[in-house]
Amino acid sequence: MKSNRVEYGDTLVELAAERPELVVLDADVAKSTGTIQFKAAYPDRFVNVGIAEQNMIGMAAGLATCGKLPFLATFGVFSSMRAVEQLRNAVCYPNLNVKVAGTHSGLETGEDGATHQSVEDISIIRSIPNIRLFVPASPIATHYLTRLAAEIEGPVYLRFGKADAVELYDADEKFPLGGSKQLAEGTDATILAIGNMVEVALDAAKLLAEEGIKVRVLDMYSLKPFDEQAVMKAAKETKALVTLEDHSIIGGLGGLVSETIAGKVCVPLVKLGVKDVFGRSGTKSELFELFGFTPKAVAEAVRSLQ
Amino acid sequence: MAARLRQDTIKMIYNSKSGHPGGSLSAADIISALYFYKMNIKTEDPKWADRDRFVLSKGHAAPVVFAALVNKGFIPREELWSFRHGNGSLQGTVNIKNPGGDMTVGSLGQYLSVSAGMALAGKMDKKDYKVYVMLGDGELQEGQVWEAAMAAAHMRLGNLVGILDNNRVQMCGLTDEVLSIGDIAAKFRAFGWNVVQIDGHDMQQIVDTLDAIPNQPDAQPTMIIADTIKGKGVSYMEGTPAWHGGVPTKEQYEQAMRELGGEYEIK
Repeated sequence: MKSNRVEYGDTLVELAAERPELVVLDADVAKSTGTIQFKAAYPDRFVNVGIAEQNMIGMAAGLATCGKLPFLATFGVFSSMRAVEQLRNAVCYPNLNVKVAGTHSGLETGEDGATHQSVEDISIIRSIPNIRLFVPASPIATHYLTRLAAEIEGPVYLRFGKADAVELYDADEKFPLGGSKQLAEGTDATILAIGNMVEVALDAAKLLAEEGIKVRVLDMYSLKPFDEQAVMKAAKETKALVTLEDHSIIGGLGGLVSETIAGKVCVPLVKLGVKDVFGRSGTKSELFELFGFTPKAVAEAVRSLQ
Repeated sequence: MAARLRQDTIKMIYNSKSGHPGGSLSAADIISALYFYKMNIKTEDPKWADRDRFVLSKGHAAPVVFAALVNKGFIPREELWSFRHGNGSLQGTVNIKNPGGDMTVGSLGQYLSVSAGMALAGKMDKKDYKVYVMLGDGELQEGQVWEAAMAAAHMRLGNLVGILDNNRVQMCGLTDEVLSIGDIAAKFRAFGWNVVQIDGHDMQQIVDTLDAIPNQPDAQPTMIIADTIKGKGVSYMEGTPAWHGGVPTKEQYEQAMRELGGEYEIK
């Protein structure tokens, strides 16, 4: 097993060989974010700006105006909040070619506690024009979407967790811009999930299948642009929708699905996620239990809609 | 040329009924020296990869930079008269989409970082261009400036030249009243910068200082602290926070143009 953040760093090493303009910026968290291996492979193209995220985003913008392709990584709380005005005004407004990774997103970050668990980043980032937002669920998805980010002209935000991620995909799987992946089929309900919650959704679907409840599971890896078509299809073809995210239900996947279906189709919708509270310290499994991010709790939510 | 830039600045703001004259007039001599003497740029190729860059970190002094871009030949003159208008190409701040615009600016505190990124790119690619960035003294109250100052010295970005428009006035008062910045030269020296102090309205000093900066990509970055007068050239605007932002009346406009030696007609 491998974490998505480490896969991100490995993919950047691979990309650097193909793209001489690629540089990596770090705010002295490369050991945590997974870009440390890039430093070893390309020391001249790795820039540690120190513990100064706002300056890191600004420097990335300046590098991009000169034809460089900056990829950077820091904890999601810093890339989406500490430096959000820099990201908005210096990167997204001029539509510069800067790729930002927010790692250690969600409650999954665990023991470090609420200050380091970004559960608002999706809501914040997706409201900024020009930027694309991907949430890969597995290393193979991370590999593909990191490469896709390099191909896109303009800003991209990639959201990663901390923990190792179960591989859900075959090596040749494709993840087109604005797409989604259907991982289970059923018509009794659809669970729409992102990132680490896709695995939980699949396990919940298995529990429900034992009771004869057949559930569709969608991995909504591209939040911006968003696969509205897949959501509308699920809203029409299945009896209920459940969104599941290691993020606030305000403005995240749940908010996005609500905005997509509102006024167009009438279907019950339950939003599972962080319910307008801060996280806390604890192990990943303790926190998932506490906040209802378990197959059992998700299955119960689906059952209540039947 | 500085007088021409000042006249155009006042005309733009009077015509648009919106803008920031004070900080534009204080910067006019330096902007003039950069665009019409020092910077290695090509009007026929605004995105030339080896050009010197200029970034206006104190973004609301945009009128004087737009005036320079027009007089240099990057932008047609008539576009000055739709500055800040809904249908104009010249917004409240310089945009990377404007011919001759090197960065989209506007948010105080951010663009020493962006300029450091440009300088780093030049150093990585072994190019010999310089990056000039103008900051306001009030802007030094933003913490990000000091993150960038630390990084630029650590990375030895000798191709980065900061110019501080030290006019001692910010929106709601004098900088010393609002939040005292203290000994700016000592601060930048302590951060590892080469510091030069000049009179920002003495053209000879400006030119000599710009010429004296060595072309060394691997050296200390330079900060030119240019003592200036906010609203320089228009008597009733000089040294007062009242003209940080503001639009002259018809009588004030005519007086300003008389003092600047310009014609009243907007064309």
